[in-house]
Amino acid sequence: MCQKVKPVQLDVRILARNDNAAAHNREHFSERGVFAVNVMGSPGSGKTALLEATARAFDDVRRVAALAGDLATDNDAARLRRAGMRSAAIETVQACHLDAEMVHHELHHFDLAGVEYLFIENVGNLVCPAVYDLGQNANVVVLSVTEGEDKPLKYPTMFAKADLVLLTKCDLLPHLSVNVSAILEALGRVMPHPRMIPVSPLTGEGVADWMGWLTA
Amino acid sequence: MHEYSIVQSLVDSVAAAVPENATVHRIHVAIGDLAGVDCGLLTTAYEVFRDGTLCEHASLAIERIPARWQCPQCGADGSLRCTRCDRPARLATGDEIVLQRIELEVP
Repeated sequence: MCQKVKPVQLDVRILARNDNAAAHNREHFSERGVFAVNVMGSPGSGKTALLEATARAFDDVRRVAALAGDLATDNDAARLRRAGMRSAAIETVQACHLDAEMVHHELHHFDLAGVEYLFIENVGNLVCPAVYDLGQNANVVVLSVTEGEDKPLKYPTMFAKADLVLLTKCDLLPHLSVNVSAILEALGRVMPHPRMIPVSPLTGEGVADWMGWLTA
Repeated sequence: MHEYSIVQSLVDSVAAAVPENATVHRIHVAIGDLAGVDCGLLTTAYEVFRDGTLCEHASLAIERIPARWQCPQCGADGSLRCTRCDRPARLATGDEIVLQRIELEVP
């Protein structure tokens, strides 16, 4: 019998399964009145330090919680618990990013009662986490002053998806030859609505502005 | 490198779309320039991963989709910020990670 090769048109999103899980997470957050923030950035950019400062800035720390993704260890979640924030680790083992199903799985046994803001601290990486929707309400990218003024141009996908960029470790600026306006200019070339807040969890600089953005 | 997990999802998507006894000859995917996927790494990951799957004999064709920013107000294509309306643009195309079509043979 003669066989013929035939084309089958599909036009389906390859990450549809992730997107469905993300939609489910988003519904879960919405039903509970939780504002979820996907916190992304390079390893060592200061994501955890920022969240520690955020925990300290809330009058009632029970309003915030965090899921902290890392390939191994629950060190970040433990740090956040020491800062008073309810938190759990998601160990990704091999994966260089969190996906919606990992978050969904963690949410099954994570108590969100009384939580208004949930921070999902992604794996330290400026590439892969930008690809996976987790069901978050906002993307915040943490960029430290030591990473280079052209970082946004090198990683346009990550920064194009950011709702806010937090420029961390600003207390180091007097010791560096970094031009903050050059970073802002680079952001303006990749972000449709560039918004950047310089912060220093160490000195507390900018934390009030960040809180203002978050709670607006 | 997340291209391996994208290939895993791609092979799963193909498996869900074709009959079990089908022979898959070619897979067409579309990848946007701002999708965060490296097409070279995707091809390498596919070559490694397809062994022993129903995509084992299927070649992979990748269509690159350029990023296109569009004003949500007036619909004009152009820059990140609409020069006419002074509003931030939206990405109209360029974030695709799409399985477009499959060429297959069913006995």
